[in-house]
Amino acid sequence: MTQDAADLSTDHPLIELENVSMRFRQQGVLRGINLTFHRGETVCVIGESGCGKTVLLKLIIGLLRPTTGVVRFDGVNIAELNARELVKLRLRFGFLFQGAALFDSLNVYDNVAFGLREHHVCDEPKVREIVLARLQEAGLPAGLEYKKPAELSGGQKKRVGLARALALDPEVMLYDEPTTGLDPIMTDVINELILQTQKSHEKAGIVVTHEMKTVQKVADRVVMLYPLSRIGRGEPQVIYNGSAEGLERAPDRRVRQFVRGEAGERLREMAQNRGSDA
Amino acid sequence: MSTTTLKPDDEALRKPTTPVHRLGEHVFDLVAEVGNFALFSLQTIGWILRKRPRWSVLTPIFYEIGVQSVTVVAITGTFIGMVLAVQAHHQFAMMGLATRLGSVINISLVRELGPVLAATMLAGRVGSSMAAELGTMRVTEQIDALTALGTNPVHYLVVPRFLGCLLLIPLLTLMADFMGVIGGAVISTRVMGVDSFAYWKHSRDFVEWLDIMAGVFKSFFFGATIALISCHRGFNSSAGAEGVGKAATEAFVLSFIVILFLDFLLGLGWNSVYRSIWPEDSGLL
Repeated sequence: MTQDAADLSTDHPLIELENVSMRFRQQGVLRGINLTFHRGETVCVIGESGCGKTVLLKLIIGLLRPTTGVVRFDGVNIAELNARELVKLRLRFGFLFQGAALFDSLNVYDNVAFGLREHHVCDEPKVREIVLARLQEAGLPAGLEYKKPAELSGGQKKRVGLARALALDPEVMLYDEPTTGLDPIMTDVINELILQTQKSHEKAGIVVTHEMKTVQKVADRVVMLYPLSRIGRGEPQVIYNGSAEGLERAPDRRVRQFVRGEAGERLREMAQNRGSDA
Repeated sequence: MSTTTLKPDDEALRKPTTPVHRLGEHVFDLVAEVGNFALFSLQTIGWILRKRPRWSVLTPIFYEIGVQSVTVVAITGTFIGMVLAVQAHHQFAMMGLATRLGSVINISLVRELGPVLAATMLAGRVGSSMAAELGTMRVTEQIDALTALGTNPVHYLVVPRFLGCLLLIPLLTLMADFMGVIGGAVISTRVMGVDSFAYWKHSRDFVEWLDIMAGVFKSFFFGATIALISCHRGFNSSAGAEGVGKAATEAFVLSFIVILFLDFLLGLGWNSVYRSIWPEDSGLL
């Protein structure tokens, strides 16, 4: 762990997951997760598809409730909040969804203005000022605000999603695979925007990603999850929690394999599982 | 470290394998689904009482449900009236009762066929579309995005659709009734040659305002049913194009079955009330 990351970890945590487990009917996704996230820190959560990264984000913002365990934000157990308090809490988060999740029926302008209007944050001239400023920060050209989401490219959708998430000036940004499906240039643009957002607004950030370039560029700390279906009883699901620089030297072979993108024995394992399923 | 030989934790909870287990699981799912629907309906009604949606949200939904359905309902209503006239004329003419055709066509339209067929058309046109739209929003995380932005998705998405169906389907039912009456009259008097004066006189003697109101009364229930079932199916859509398609189909099929069931129940209920007030009469529905 780097010195900065170590210093951050000694602060009072902004978000704390204590022995959190999540199960959808018979399928376990997370088990015994203990993690903390601090103010001003950007943490990348990495891991194979299906290991529960997105579920982790949705637990943090209260979109899902853990089967067991406690999720605390600023020392408060989210499960104990009533509906009104939960709304207030969610407004302290900005969430960039994997597919941007822009509202199809609204144009770009109305998408970005949505939260400001719904919560009567300011009058319409101020809404306009904020929307245009956020769109400009996201590097979107003038005139785009009256297009519908269906008319946008993948990169533009992600940037509009980012502008919408930032419109209410949240304390914590949650990014769910922000660069998935984008070309290398647009991937770097999004990485730069995340970096710019995190540094200029001094927000806490949790970035769920597969992209090691994103990790190297934006992460103060990296957490790696391993799929629950592939670990044994009593084995921890968090197999790495440290600096981005330390990933290559991680003692766990699974971390090094993931970082290098090596299939290793995975193909054989998958073939074995297929055989045993049959 | 190899993990291939370790037993995953989930294996402790295997899928049930015996038929009894599977039956139990289906019954459990059904009870949970009914409970989930009841909570969803209560939440919708709770939000209607708590906070009225903005006009900017209501207007496009009312336009979609009401204005866009006028053509299909008008065409359906007209043809029902015309078909009734064609089918009934021969039988009535044989008995020398052709002039009574208007009373039979119009009472059938306003009591039963107008409300039920208008509701069926709207379950197909509006209900399936709502389920598909909300299902797509579910699978593309737009409903999660609404929640993340501090907006209750039931209040923002379901309440306007519920109000649209509840308030506009009765009006569309009246439109179906009117067009059916016109269609039946045109075929009877212009094509089948029934005397126009006698046709309308018998219609007026036989069809009362209470008959029309009985049909409209039922249509409020049909509208609420279509909205709640369709929105609930959409909200609980499973992933992918298949899931959304299934939600749209289920929305129509379930709405249709419940409309027929409600028609029967409301008919029984209305008749009981009617007979308790006018015991000498035969009832309305």
